Amino acid sequence: MIAAVPSSLRGENLTLSRGSRVLFTQLGFLIASGEALILRGANGSGKTSLLRVLAGLTQADEGVIFWNESVCTTASFQFRSNALYLGHANALKDDLTTAENLADALAFDGVTMSEEKQVDALKQVGLSSRRHLPARKLSQGQKRRIGLARLLLAEKPLWLLDEPTNALDAEGVALFTRITDEHLSAGGIACIATHLDMKVHAQMRELRVDEYEAGESSRSTAVSKLAETHEATEAA
Amino acid sequence: MNSLANAAPETPEISAENGVLLAFRRDCRLAMRSRGEIIQALVFFVIVVSLFPLAVGAESALLKRIAPGVVWVAALLSVLLTLPRLFASDYADGTLEQLAMSPYPMATIVAGKMLAHWFTTGLPLALVAPILGLQFGLGTGELGVIVASLMLGTPILSMIGAIGAALTLGVRGGSILMALLVLPLYIPVLIFGAGAVEASMAGIDYAANLSLLGAGLLLGALASPFAAAAAVKIALD
Repeated sequence: MIAAVPSSLRGENLTLSRGSRVLFTQLGFLIASGEALILRGANGSGKTSLLRVLAGLTQADEGVIFWNESVCTTASFQFRSNALYLGHANALKDDLTTAENLADALAFDGVTMSEEKQVDALKQVGLSSRRHLPARKLSQGQKRRIGLARLLLAEKPLWLLDEPTNALDAEGVALFTRITDEHLSAGGIACIATHLDMKVHAQMRELRVDEYEAGESSRSTAVSKLAETHEATEAA
Repeated sequence: MNSLANAAPETPEISAENGVLLAFRRDCRLAMRSRGEIIQALVFFVIVVSLFPLAVGAESALLKRIAPGVVWVAALLSVLLTLPRLFASDYADGTLEQLAMSPYPMATIVAGKMLAHWFTTGLPLALVAPILGLQFGLGTGELGVIVASLMLGTPILSMIGAIGAALTLGVRGGSILMALLVLPLYIPVLIFGAGAVEASMAGIDYAANLSLLGAGLLLGALASPFAAAAAVKIALD
């Protein structure tokens, strides 16, 4: 479905400050179907905040976000039904089992999935034997893998992922990379905040969030850099 | 990934009722997994109500006189104890931001959560209340009015409480602040709820009190989900 409708996410002039500290100013980017935006930056540079702004959870001080070239008001319906956000927290209920957690998350994503598909997805992420275990008994990495199963099933064109590979082992990282690749080649979009050197085959743009801190000079270089990558990809 | 192409027929209708139902079912299931909390609030209610006959003595006229107030104040306090459960754990484990990202309108999800909260706290209180009323020597008619007033009043407590709980999310010392915020707003419910029972004891028409509670319930049902949803979004920002 998403391949048929080319989608794009554009941010313009985004500014966000927390207290007296400016996290980023005049940040802009454009990603289209099949592209990933990798958010880089030191701890506390505002990667999570930027993702939350894109998800509509946090209101930016200034700037506009466009989804398919129409302006997103804070978490408008159209946008929310297209985006999947995986945050820092795993958003799991300790009292519910792995399978129940996945089913609940999908239900609130507005997706109905047959149980076989859910079982299959849990098998793909290596949790088939843990299906009926309460989430509190899972390791940190296994909890993260439930998120991967959700990525497999939720069928949202836009992924907003905050450190998705945290606590994952090497095999888990490989699995995540494969899932992301498939998503992008199907025409999806992903914004990923990560410290990992991701080997995604599809087109990738890097955005260094720290370069958009208040300083005027560093900002201009960052903007021109982004323009360069744009030209480069358009030429290709 | 051709599964993406098959998505459309399986996508359910994103309607308001679905959102309410989904959140209601989820919260009820979670509450049933930690039944202890439901029972604790109920035991708290029973103990507080039972303390009064012990404290003021067994003089039946006096006990009967204070019964409506005691039952209602105890109900208020036990609902207050359970309010943090509404949003705090969802907030802590990141589920609340997922709910806010859901295509279902936040107000419908919040409404479902309020309904589930009432179902697991207010309703049990209303059902236990007549047994406690017997300790105070109330007649059957008066017991019926207690149940009716609690049935109408406790949903309002859940709704006002949800707004308070959402406003104090993530605030240090939030539970005390929430009590300070919510208790004054509970006063009208307390007055009309206890007033209905007192009226029936005095042999006056108590329908006016119940009607006012019913009106409050309707008003709350219309306005509180939106207010609480707005408060949740502020907390997440």
